[in-house]
Amino acid sequence: MSSKKGKKKSSDEEKKEEFIRIDGRKPDEMRPYKIRAHILRNADGSAEIRLGGNWIIAAVYGPKEHFPKFEISQDKAILNCRYHMTPYSTTERKSPKPSRREIELSKVIKNALEQAVVLEEFPEMSIDVYMEVAQAEGSTRVASVTAAAVALADAGIPMRDLVVGCSAGKVNGHIILDVGEEEDKEGEADLPIAIMPNLRKVVLLQMDGKLTHEEFKEAFDLALKGAMELYEEQVRALTSILKDMEVIEEGVKDEKE
Amino acid sequence: MKKNNFKKKTLKEILMANNILKFIKENRRLDGRGFLDYRDLRIETGVIKKAYGSARVELGDTIVIVGVQFELGTPFPDSPDKGILLTEGEVLPTASFSAEAGPPSEEEIEISRVVDRSIRESEMVDLSKLVIKPGESVLKMFIDFNIFNDDGNIIDAAVIGVVSALLTGEMPDPEYVKEHLEELPPNNLTSVPRIPIPTQDFPIANTIALIDNKFIVDPTFAEEMVSEARITITHTVNNEICAIQLIQGGLGYEQVFEVLNISLDKSIEIRNRIRELLGLGGD
Repeated sequence: MSSKKGKKKSSDEEKKEEFIRIDGRKPDEMRPYKIRAHILRNADGSAEIRLGGNWIIAAVYGPKEHFPKFEISQDKAILNCRYHMTPYSTTERKSPKPSRREIELSKVIKNALEQAVVLEEFPEMSIDVYMEVAQAEGSTRVASVTAAAVALADAGIPMRDLVVGCSAGKVNGHIILDVGEEEDKEGEADLPIAIMPNLRKVVLLQMDGKLTHEEFKEAFDLALKGAMELYEEQVRALTSILKDMEVIEEGVKDEKE
Repeated sequence: MKKNNFKKKTLKEILMANNILKFIKENRRLDGRGFLDYRDLRIETGVIKKAYGSARVELGDTIVIVGVQFELGTPFPDSPDKGILLTEGEVLPTASFSAEAGPPSEEEIEISRVVDRSIRESEMVDLSKLVIKPGESVLKMFIDFNIFNDDGNIIDAAVIGVVSALLTGEMPDPEYVKEHLEELPPNNLTSVPRIPIPTQDFPIANTIALIDNKFIVDPTFAEEMVSEARITITHTVNNEICAIQLIQGGLGYEQVFEVLNISLDKSIEIRNRIRELLGLGGD
């Protein structure tokens, strides 16, 4: 449920750990997380992720015949992606109509998933991926792409690798892992990334705020570390449904000794 | 503005794409440029007389027009002592065979938001100087850019256009507005004396495409169609990164740092070129 530690401290790291974040976390600490696969009966594949207060549900439908016909792609399937925030996901009600931000994020998430899904296997078809943010608390795009990859795998769609996302940022001059809602508002920079962990490729990369090249390197490495941690959780969520397809409701057995 | 859409590629484009790949494999570019060379840049400012600031930029055959306008507005509650800045752009139906009129496509929204982030996150405009009465009245600044001809690399061209319009543009004097608020006709600032737009940075966006595992800068429309990956990085005048957008494809971990270094060098080069073209001294 929570991030694991167990690292040696250099004097540099000790200095960093003096900085305690707004929610009490250390700079390189993730919020508690949990991923469950196969949570919606009707979808071909589904997953949910909880990352701190974030709660995102992803569903996959397809591959299926694509409509309208004139859009059909002869050589590969079309991947449709929708990242959407529910009206109650934020303190101030969000209009259910897709905002420009949501359209942009749907596009960058689609690009990330396209790198992993073997679309060539399904010419003239389409695959729909829906990510619904039920509750938002910072870093929703990377949590969404993480859940969507699990939902695609749950749907049995061939993939070159999983896609897993994590964010890093800068708050009060400190580079931090897994940017929370307050930190996104108050902070100096936000760096969401998503990777294909086994192919070692970055498939989503955005940044806003200000970072020197040195700070970017530190933030990038930290986000990679966080993504690898979440990748283990993705694998755990997927293997647990393989182990026991019956236990859909319960989800997973704790692997902790 | 739909790219990478096979059905919409014309025969000319397909032939071009094949040639581009062939040339890149031979370490050449179709238009004779080196991989890290920009096309010719031309900038004309003050082209729109009715705007407070404007520019027409040609980057090769890509043409952008930028206009800056002002209105009176109320500040956002969470930033009562700051003016409002909005950057938006559209690819006009004149721009290419694949550009369409109507609601903006997701690509257009992305372009618009990346240009907005480049200007906003660099804090190029000192928004604290756009305040008339804190919490009550501020200047609202609209930056609109339009692509009239799309031969690729729209984002770099648009950012060049926006910074050129801002560096040479003017705005209504907030002090004068404050003193004459009652006398001014509603929503009409034309009678207000003007002062230069208060700028404090000089952001430059650089787009790098990956074709046949080689990095090229300033991709053309046809090069964008065959690229495996494309990323835009914006640097401030102090060489900080202030915006990144992986627009298409994926990059290896080491490649991320490679493109960051290329874009830093190119940002310095392009910034100097703009200074020369606008007749501004270095700082």
